Amino acid sequence: MNIESTLRADRIWRNVIRGAGLFLLIITAAIGIFLLYRGTGTFTIYGHSLSEFLFSTQWQPADTLAGGGHVGAGIYIVGSLITCALALLMATPVSIALAIYMAEITPSVGRRFWQPVIEIFVGIPSIIYGWLGLTILVPFLQKYTTADSGFSVLAASIVLAIMIFPTITSVTMNAINSVPKTYRQGAYGLGATRWEVIYKIVLPVAKHGILAGVVLGLARAFGEALAVAMVIGKMKAFPKSLLDPTVNLTSAIAADMGGTMEGSEYNMALWTMALFLFVISLLFILLIRYITSKGGNLSESK
Amino acid sequence: MKASKAIPGPRRRALSTDRLVTLGLHILAGATLLLLVGFVGHIAWSALSEFKPELLAFSPTGIGNQFFNTIYLVFLALLISIPLGIGAGIYMAEYATKGKAQKIMRISIETLSSLPSIVLGLFGYLVFIIMTNSQWNLFAGALTVSILTLPLIATITEDALRALPASYAKGSYGLGATKWQTISRVLIPAAFPAIITGIILAAGRVFGEAAALMFTAGMSTDINWASTDITSPTNAFNPFRSGETLSLQIWASRSESLDPNASAMANLSALVLLALVFTFSIGARALSRHLNRKNLGDNK
Repeated sequence: MNIESTLRADRIWRNVIRGAGLFLLIITAAIGIFLLYRGTGTFTIYGHSLSEFLFSTQWQPADTLAGGGHVGAGIYIVGSLITCALALLMATPVSIALAIYMAEITPSVGRRFWQPVIEIFVGIPSIIYGWLGLTILVPFLQKYTTADSGFSVLAASIVLAIMIFPTITSVTMNAINSVPKTYRQGAYGLGATRWEVIYKIVLPVAKHGILAGVVLGLARAFGEALAVAMVIGKMKAFPKSLLDPTVNLTSAIAADMGGTMEGSEYNMALWTMALFLFVISLLFILLIRYITSKGGNLSESK
Repeated sequence: MKASKAIPGPRRRALSTDRLVTLGLHILAGATLLLLVGFVGHIAWSALSEFKPELLAFSPTGIGNQFFNTIYLVFLALLISIPLGIGAGIYMAEYATKGKAQKIMRISIETLSSLPSIVLGLFGYLVFIIMTNSQWNLFAGALTVSILTLPLIATITEDALRALPASYAKGSYGLGATKWQTISRVLIPAAFPAIITGIILAAGRVFGEAAALMFTAGMSTDINWASTDITSPTNAFNPFRSGETLSLQIWASRSESLDPNASAMANLSALVLLALVFTFSIGARALSRHLNRKNLGDNK
């Protein structure tokens, strides 16, 4: 091969690679733009207000181009918030405890045995968690509690908690593992017990990483659609107790999108929900970036 | 035992707290393992206790077609996202100027990988189905899922390239190689084990994807295995036919399906999905160990 063709190949490939990079940007931009364009239709075309969408609980969008219905997604938003908050409440302590166990109590078994176990949990498709929830949890709740059907906020929260705990565990474990060894040695040298070292040294140092893991878990829970839709009961009402069914954003999109008329008020309102989910997931990214940037000193001082 | 009595109170409390917490953590870890064993056991038991050979058939009475669709869809998705993802990864690691370009790329990748898959499914539905005026089809599903795998593969490639010793590239440049020669003949081959492992992991993760597919690949499947005409809407390899995957089959059988075998089929689908995911995750681990050992051997 002569030099000229080698250099030409170099130039051509540089552009090809740049193209691939650019393509990724274009896809991201396209998703953002399409969501923004479709999602704002509720406000621009059908003239609803943002506060109606966010706070009103009257959800009766018309499946016509004329519009004139109501697009209050309050119940759906509250459903998403409650289930995610409960899931987080259940999953976070367990995840952090497990991560401590794997990283600090049994470090060598932790790496060789527990890490693959957690990876398997992460890898189980969410639809299977939903199916397990539907076939085990829902009948269980119906039989042993006062729940009417078993489809409930509690069932959805438990399914979500089981789905996100491996995510939080593995991020927390990484955060704990990246705490410099010298910190622990210093504390042990002063006569601290293992639990004192964990509680007073390791966890405070790793807290930014742990928090990032929790937000990541929350983001996963917020965006999960089908696993929740299988067990939440899809009842368009505020739940009065944990055992009542309700509905959330993702399950509404999953259930109703296929049946709406393209471009109708109903259709657009569902797109607005999708846009809302997109915005929330962007906020979570920013939050994680902010948290990890605050904890950034740690990795530099290693 | 005199020595232990001599331990002052606070210290003794600290020691017993330590033991108590350790015990508690052991129990929690055991419970977690039990949960996993319970899940897998339950799925395997429900699938096998209702098992009938016809459930495996490549016809509407079995999950064979869904199994084929799942594999074919992931294959198509990887066909699209591997070249683009590796390209984007190379760009991030080798071409993008430090600072702005990298920052924008990173934000873009993070955005894509945190996108709720139902939102991605809507995007795919709008762009690949409605705007192209087509019916649900596997190709649209593959395009949508490839958006999920794209950021994964790009990140993996970037990390793999960055993990290489700087001396690799320097040695190559020192011999007069161009940038592309260095990348294609030195860096990519050296990073290959990590990249291929990452791709297998990415594949394992999309087998179970459902929300992104329900409005794109479709919820029905009709394959005529005798067909040899790839343009026929019932030909197995025609990417422009609708193709329900295993995960969508589970979703559909929750209530909509009137087939008395629906629950048995869903259990079996769940078991097959689990088996696929496990195989890929364990396979990726084994392969990466094997390739790493081989690489280390070559360096000696």
